[in-house]
Amino acid sequence: MSTVLIRGGHLIDPAAGVDAPRDIVLKDGRVAEVAEPGKTSLGKAKASSDLQIIDAKGLTIAPGLVDIHVHLREPGQGHKETIATGTTAAAAGGFTSVAAMPNTVPTNDSPEITRWMQAPERGASVRVFPIGAATRALKGEVLNDYAALKAAGVVAVTDDGHPILKDSIMREVLINATRSGLSVIQHAEDTRLTGGCSMNAGPMAFRLGLRGMPPEAEYGLVERDIRLVTELSMNGKGDKNGHRPHLHVAHTSTAQAVAAVRQARRNGLRVTCEVAPHHFLLTEEHVGAYDTNAKMNPPLRSAADRDAMIQGILDGVVDAIATDHAPHAAHEKEVEFERAPNGITGLESALGLSLRWLHHEWKLPIGRVLSLLSAQPAALLGLKGRGTLTVGSFADVMVFDPKQEWTFHAKDSRSKSKNTPFDGWTMQGRVHWTISEGRVVYKAEAL
Amino acid sequence: MSLKAVSARPIIVPPELPANISASSAGVTGSVLSASDLTLEAVSEILAQATLLEREDPIQRAQRLAKRRIALLFYESSTRTRTSFELAAKGLGADTTLVSSLSSSIEKGETLKDTGLTLRALGAEAIILRHPSSGSPWLLERETQLPVLNAGDGMHEHPSQALLDLRTILAHLRPGIEAVTAETLAGVTVAITGDILHSRVARSNMTLLPKLGARVILCGPRELLPEIAAQTGPGVEIERDFTRALQQSQVVMMLRIQAERLAGLQLDLEEYKAGYQLTEERLAKHAPKALVMHPGPIIRGLELTGEVADGPQSLILEQVRHGVAIRMALVQRALTAQVRKGAGA
Ligand SMILES: [Zn+2]
Repeated sequence: MSTVLIRGGHLIDPAAGVDAPRDIVLKDGRVAEVAEPGKTSLGKAKASSDLQIIDAKGLTIAPGLVDIHVHLREPGQGHKETIATGTTAAAAGGFTSVAAMPNTVPTNDSPEITRWMQAPERGASVRVFPIGAATRALKGEVLNDYAALKAAGVVAVTDDGHPILKDSIMREVLINATRSGLSVIQHAEDTRLTGGCSMNAGPMAFRLGLRGMPPEAEYGLVERDIRLVTELSMNGKGDKNGHRPHLHVAHTSTAQAVAAVRQARRNGLRVTCEVAPHHFLLTEEHVGAYDTNAKMNPPLRSAADRDAMIQGILDGVVDAIATDHAPHAAHEKEVEFERAPNGITGLESALGLSLRWLHHEWKLPIGRVLSLLSAQPAALLGLKGRGTLTVGSFADVMVFDPKQEWTFHAKDSRSKSKNTPFDGWTMQGRVHWTISEGRVVYKAEAL
Repeated sequence: MSLKAVSARPIIVPPELPANISASSAGVTGSVLSASDLTLEAVSEILAQATLLEREDPIQRAQRLAKRRIALLFYESSTRTRTSFELAAKGLGADTTLVSSLSSSIEKGETLKDTGLTLRALGAEAIILRHPSSGSPWLLERETQLPVLNAGDGMHEHPSQALLDLRTILAHLRPGIEAVTAETLAGVTVAITGDILHSRVARSNMTLLPKLGARVILCGPRELLPEIAAQTGPGVEIERDFTRALQQSQVVMMLRIQAERLAGLQLDLEEYKAGYQLTEERLAKHAPKALVMHPGPIIRGLELTGEVADGPQSLILEQVRHGVAIRMALVQRALTAQVRKGAGA
């Protein structure tokens, strides 16, 4: 494997507490050296067949981003996305690790499928970490074999797309996942309250004549899950081996859900949550004239909910920004709003939106933004050696210009699908290079 | 930042975000998708055209859109609205074709987009759409770029009904007025009573009438009228007590109880009748001069009694008559706007 020298740039590595000019040497897929400008062992070396030099002058070097919530649609729905196209989009967005949800066809509830997803034949540009189905076929009834799934490579379990509704089953899921050292990711939606609904319950849904999902469908289930975690955590002592359950709330969208997570944390529980860019930027008003690119689950909520997402990010109760990248083919979205599938793409706009709004407008320090997109999500799923660029970690690097403004055009997306509400939006922070385990997997054109 | 430090919640003022979408699109000239698309100028023009066309010599009128092609795309059966639009289009001399939910392409599961594109390829110059999904006219307009007249979409709107209701109200309360302003209906209170939740007629009227200065009172039990309805626009309020609503109103619009949509709702019909049925007694006692309207079809003995429907205050059949005039104006507007656009290109 060749060696890569990234020099002349400014390194921001929040996990390592570095925010300074640094040169970096990548070797054999790992970070070999981090040194002050010109001080690496390669000194003033010239590029050669086994040394690639990246000139990062004026640019920022950061750990590759980690998205803990993407739908790559393989196996089974290659017309929406493939592991190859989805990870190409990820690389273009600065991501070097993505955690793939199990609601594929068939469902990822066996080691065979988990291994299939990670096989070199899939042609992934960046590292794919499969998340296993918590229950057989996502039906919320029979638990899968977590130990076997973990051995095959899953990093968490979830029934994403569906909630685990039954108290007794969720309790079992938490117990078994904890025993296997896996996090439980819950898609918090009490589907008994959301049947036939296609957007948030509120004045907009009434005006548009659409049935609305009440916020309690989300936070009610979050509160139920936290009660179970409280019981199982035995006052923070955990089970007889000291294991404490880890509940992670996916795509949080309501003020009350964030409040519940905040309280759980104060009570010392291992409860984490993620927020997607569309939930900290858009509101139900963006459904506008029945725009199916504003249809997702959980739905866009009220302005007060949106503000609570921003607040949660600013005050640190939100652990990660996750895209919930959910590609759908054009013909699937070009239908009546109520019939359209839920979900939007997000891998190529997450960084640009986060820097433009969280950093530029809401003054969140850039290190905090990067941490929400790399170190924290990596830690959340226990991805060792990811989300940081200390010596010995994986050579997952993003080189970008944090100040550069650019316009996102859906038609230029690397994803197979173009279903985004952010088409034509101005972003800030342009990715110039993405390096996954030492290989350049994305290089911006026209540099 | 420590968790303790956040108890004093800073005020977040989200900056202006790019608005790449708007709630009322009407991208194609001549379309009427929602009452919110209609400016007061457009309403005035439609009202004036309706009168002109209604009075015109039928032979001359039939020259206006001779051989122009209009498709009626009806995914739901609706004798009244379909016949009204059909007679309006034929009265102007246009050729109409009806594609109904019994048609084989629809039965075979062809998408709305593809059905629309097929109709356009067959020469349709405008489409009148009735569809069970809210928002479907936006989809059809976007995909075909043809003028679309919304003849009822899901639980959303029925704008031509609101226009004919307006014409009926004006004929009685503001005779002779066609050029409407934001004050034309100032001082007029309209009570809309019944199944507001599922009613596209209610949504169109509560959007249109306040634009002319009317006050709209929504009345009904919680199951059929959620609190949130009062937050949908200016000039709209909720009054749960039917008597109090009647006492304040010059116009009472009764809505059909849509039994087919009530699945899952706990609604006791006897209780409903006791609270909200419009009876001769109630009318005489609380609103002896009010105009009684109903978009039909009526269910005698449920939302109102037969005596009220046939009584002197009832404008139900007059509404139907105004419907044809209004729809002639809408059909003509849809097709002539298209010509203007084509000529300019
Ligand atoms: Zn989900």
